Amino acid sequence: MALALQQLINGLTLGAVYGLIAIGYTMVYGIIGMINFAHGDIYMVSAFIAVTGFTLLAAFGVHSVALALFVVLALAVLFTSVYGWAVERVAYRPLRGSARLVPLISSIGMSIFLQNLVQLTQGARVKPIPPMITGGVDLLTVDGFTARLSYSQILIVLVTVALLAAFTWLIQRTSFGRRQRACEQDRTMTALLGIDVDRTISLTFMLGAALAAVAGVLVTMYYGVIDFYIGFVAGIKAFTAAVLGGIGSLPGAMLGGLIIGLIEAFWSNYLSAEYKDVATFSILILVLLFRPSGLLGRPEVEKV
Amino acid sequence: MDKKILLAGCGLLSLLAAAAHAEHLVAIAGPMSGQYASAGDQIRKGAEMAVADINAGGGVLGEKLKLEIGDDACDPKQAVSVANTMVNKKIVFMHGHWCSSSTIPASDVYAESQIPMVTVSTNPQVTQRGLPNLFRIMGSDDQQGIVAGGYLAEKFKDRKIAVVDDKSAYGKGLADEMAKAMEAKGVRIALRESITAGEKDYSSLVSKMKSAGIEVMAYGGYHTEVALILRQAQQARLDLTVMGGDTMTNAELVTAAGPAANRVLFTFSPDPRKNPGAADVVRRFREAKVEPEGYVLVAYAAMQLFAQATEQAGSVKYADLEKAVRNGSFDTVIGRLSFDAKGNNREPGFVVYQWKDGEYDYVSQ
Repeated sequence: MALALQQLINGLTLGAVYGLIAIGYTMVYGIIGMINFAHGDIYMVSAFIAVTGFTLLAAFGVHSVALALFVVLALAVLFTSVYGWAVERVAYRPLRGSARLVPLISSIGMSIFLQNLVQLTQGARVKPIPPMITGGVDLLTVDGFTARLSYSQILIVLVTVALLAAFTWLIQRTSFGRRQRACEQDRTMTALLGIDVDRTISLTFMLGAALAAVAGVLVTMYYGVIDFYIGFVAGIKAFTAAVLGGIGSLPGAMLGGLIIGLIEAFWSNYLSAEYKDVATFSILILVLLFRPSGLLGRPEVEKV
Repeated sequence: MDKKILLAGCGLLSLLAAAAHAEHLVAIAGPMSGQYASAGDQIRKGAEMAVADINAGGGVLGEKLKLEIGDDACDPKQAVSVANTMVNKKIVFMHGHWCSSSTIPASDVYAESQIPMVTVSTNPQVTQRGLPNLFRIMGSDDQQGIVAGGYLAEKFKDRKIAVVDDKSAYGKGLADEMAKAMEAKGVRIALRESITAGEKDYSSLVSKMKSAGIEVMAYGGYHTEVALILRQAQQARLDLTVMGGDTMTNAELVTAAGPAANRVLFTFSPDPRKNPGAADVVRRFREAKVEPEGYVLVAYAAMQLFAQATEQAGSVKYADLEKAVRNGSFDTVIGRLSFDAKGNNREPGFVVYQWKDGEYDYVSQ
């Protein structure tokens, strides 16, 4: 019982991180119908900004964890949004209107570029930071095993829930959200109505990157070890989460992330960690067989 | 028209000139990029210094050596394409690759093209395939596994032991051998698991081990995953002792795992830095701000081996060189090297080490 509770906590934390990254995939796909494979690497760039930031702040004698976290989050979101904007401007905007496959390949190129850029400028070695938030609360002890909820896990879940709520509000209730949804439905018509489509797309990229930035900072703080390669695995998992939940849907991305996190945790625990990826992707295939547009995705309506 | 002929003539001349000043091309290959790039870095620094030293001493058979560097990123497909590139460049000697899963496919290419190679990859399959061109400096995982498993069976026989690997050719091979060695000594393996390398979250494995009362983890794989598992075990308040293989020599383990690294034991060949014959080379590495840890001195030794074998053979032709390496005995910075009929090091020797506050040393008995 205590072990199951512990795995539930492990799975939810992991799923929240996948979900945060998945939202970026889903938003970009929603607006321009393209998978941005460089998104995982934006997350990696943010993790490097976080390590640099935490190390610098510690060197300047800032010992308040809350302050350090706030400053680093702000810096990472700022820089990473600029990255998101630049990636869109350089690699995707010139290709707008070309065949669907072209920006996809461009995004794979961008992903390789970012990985190698960070490897060359920051080195291939792993970058560690000392554990920052160490405490936690013991929840339940059964047969000598204590389920433990650490403060950093609480933080990750809280931040994720807050961001999801904020973004849902942003998309559903604000004028930017209305413009964004309009672009999703029909870019030509939106442009005819006097809305700057390019600007809306740029903003979407920046917001997606900002979410990846938050995920990058949280992961750095939680796991403490990063390298230039982390964007690849996390990107694949998050992309899977976005597809599972229904690509284009914000709550779907989060749901997909949580499902994958939970499958991984429980499968490793009760069956074997060796086959957890097999389990994850089998469930993805099953879901797509019965619901091709994902769990919460809207089926595509062909207009005749 | 005339100009073109003139140009072609110039080109031909310069080609001839290049042929007259031929250098011996020797190569290293390993993960210069990717997840395990720090190991590739060690190999490169060792080989570069060795080639510079050999050239400063007049080269080999009166010719200078030139070092080619191949990057396989520990990807088997890329390893084969590196091997093909190297064959096209007409190298006469290869030190590499590093990951067993890269060495195995690449070695077939070198064998076909008759290029002698010296590797450190420890998977038993590397030498079991009977390739005539392949020699291994390090011991194999079965030898390594017997030492590591035997040590665990002796020191931790009353504790619960988990055996975990990362599904790579090297990791799974080593973990299987450790498990076999322990079972042979009557130790029951409490948990057998595999993980996916490159992920960040191993908390579910950690929780599983904690609930099973595991205190010792015998691990086959690379240091990055061990660091993450140790950190997450600490967060879950699980005191885990780890026994690993030669890859745990990497100092990144200490920066990444913090004080928990003091709980890491591993097997490796006897520390070449302690070899009195290596003192001068070790000093010069340190002067060049390179700590000759892990594979640095091994790569240096591989180049020494090539130089000595070539001098004995009197040529860089494959048949002569292969015979010289197979029958010879070479005095290197990591000690005397000679090979058996399968190409395995005759006296590999494995010692159990322990990390202690950022340095590793023979484990205190």
